[in-house]
Amino acid sequence: MNAPTPGALTSSLLYLDGVSVSFDGFKAIRGLSLTIEPGEMRAIIGPNGAGKTTMMDIITGKTRPDEGTVMFGGSVDLTRLDEAAIANLGIGRKFQKPTVFDFHTIEDNILLALKSKRSVLKTLFWQTESQQQKRIDEILGIIKLADKRERLAGSLSHGQKQWLEIGMLLAQDPKLLLVDEPAAGMTDGETAQTAVLLKEIARDHSVIVVEHDMGFIRELGVKVTVLHEGSVLAEGPLDQVSANERVVEVYLGR
Amino acid sequence: MITRFLLSNMDRRGFVFLALIAAIGLLVPLANLLLPAGSPFHVSTATMSLWGKYLCYALLAISLDLVWGYCGILSLGHGAFFALGGYAMGMYLMRQIGSRGVYGNPVLPDFMVFLNWGELPWYWYGFSSFPFAMLMVLVVPGLLAFVFGWFAFRSRVTGVYLSIITQALTYALLLAFFRNDMGFGGNNGLTDFKDILGFNVQAQGTRAALFAMTCVMLISGFLIARGIVSSKLGKVVIAIRDAESRTRFLGYRVDRFKLFVFTVSACMAGVAGALYVPQVGIINPSEFAPANSIETVIWVAVGGRGSLVGAALGAVVVNWAKTVFTSGFMAPYWLFALGALFVFVTLFMPKGILGTAQGWWESRKRPAPVPAPEPAPAE
Repeated sequence: MNAPTPGALTSSLLYLDGVSVSFDGFKAIRGLSLTIEPGEMRAIIGPNGAGKTTMMDIITGKTRPDEGTVMFGGSVDLTRLDEAAIANLGIGRKFQKPTVFDFHTIEDNILLALKSKRSVLKTLFWQTESQQQKRIDEILGIIKLADKRERLAGSLSHGQKQWLEIGMLLAQDPKLLLVDEPAAGMTDGETAQTAVLLKEIARDHSVIVVEHDMGFIRELGVKVTVLHEGSVLAEGPLDQVSANERVVEVYLGR
Repeated sequence: MITRFLLSNMDRRGFVFLALIAAIGLLVPLANLLLPAGSPFHVSTATMSLWGKYLCYALLAISLDLVWGYCGILSLGHGAFFALGGYAMGMYLMRQIGSRGVYGNPVLPDFMVFLNWGELPWYWYGFSSFPFAMLMVLVVPGLLAFVFGWFAFRSRVTGVYLSIITQALTYALLLAFFRNDMGFGGNNGLTDFKDILGFNVQAQGTRAALFAMTCVMLISGFLIARGIVSSKLGKVVIAIRDAESRTRFLGYRVDRFKLFVFTVSACMAGVAGALYVPQVGIINPSEFAPANSIETVIWVAVGGRGSLVGAALGAVVVNWAKTVFTSGFMAPYWLFALGALFVFVTLFMPKGILGTAQGWWESRKRPAPVPAPEPAPAE
């Protein structure tokens, strides 16, 4: 779906090469290389401190790498842009802890995320068009919160907040979605529903999922990248990766 | 588009507020001018000017609520914008004195003659024109807020650090305006005003007109602020208050939105200051005192942060109480009362007078309210 733009250096949607970053001498990421193809869904696992969240921070512009290349859509250098510019390019992010706007209604949360011009004047004189309203209703249906649309997001349960945030990502309609531990703190039923939701999204978006829950990753059934001490330790289908001795040693702790 | 922008999403409380201010703006000047002094409904000129002052404070409170209550920027220097607007008005009024000053100099205000200045400084040019002075009432505070905000918000200075530098800003201006060679009258400030637009400032009719004008500006300020907070931009601004980095990851340029509301708010504070000066009859550097800005924060907190009507209400209630307390035997205890009020409101009425009253009213109507999220901590 995402044809490489003219002048593209690579056909990958996201291309990280030799990325390193250190905080006060601690190398959080060392020589990380990773490519995500258009339309791909990728799961990233790794023990605590493996650099998963730092990697997301680098991709979304929160952290600047000390060295290395981060390219989006083949030609855009993400290390030169700030968070808002990167978000507007089409990279959405869901945080580990669900972050929704507690004092807005569920519907307004979706409206704020809805893909649109983000300038001051455009938002000041904003009128929601019927097509946009339809899209909001559609998303509310997908995340099963349509009947609670008038409620404040702060009154939702943890699992519902996670879905609302996924709904906000859908509204943003990004080319690439970064999802940090979507199943954390969910019941088994909610986890299964979240997996269905993510698979649904992955049909027309590229998705990177960071997750600890092995059962959840098995349900997703996608290629897995194992991070360890800031670089890639193994990559491949889950069965192959979990048979890898090094992975078993560092991650599964046996 | 503009009408819809200003009037859409107006709630009942907003209409009640507008109707009330419109009624006061009409009836108080009439009661002052037309009714004989013996009538029980007569409003004395002094009382009218006093309430005019309160209403200027109400506009200042609305402007602060716009940045603090809605955007989470706790400005401890909003008094600076108020005072700058006041000085712009004061400069116009000084130029209107003409040769009627003590020294009779047709161009130079008295304090400049006293300081042996030969000619008018360049930054006083144009202030003899009312439209120019009114433009400056908006431009000077607005420009200062824009430049200040540009650097502060782009560098992502937030929370208590931002509050401290806004406080430093107003303190720096206080010191600067105290200096005689700044050309703003030093610690005496600007006073002895004679005319505004050809009418005697002291005259009863002028006072009544100024009062009515204050009501008009309060209504306009309320409508503009209301339009902003109920637009999608208002939702973005609240989102910034509650989860700044989330808003940034949605693709909104947080610094620009903050800059917009901060600048609009500063202009509004400037207008409040400009209306305040002719009614009080003086503007001096003490208006820049950090304590003034902090008091404004208290008004907003008392009335109800995050509610424009609440902010205005808080300003009027606290200042009315201040008048009552500081004029009788309780005068020495006013600051204690103010401090106690702030502590009381913070502890027991975190949503202010209006928020608490509303919560009480709703809980009466509906016994089982939907659990509301915890209020965001004041930044």
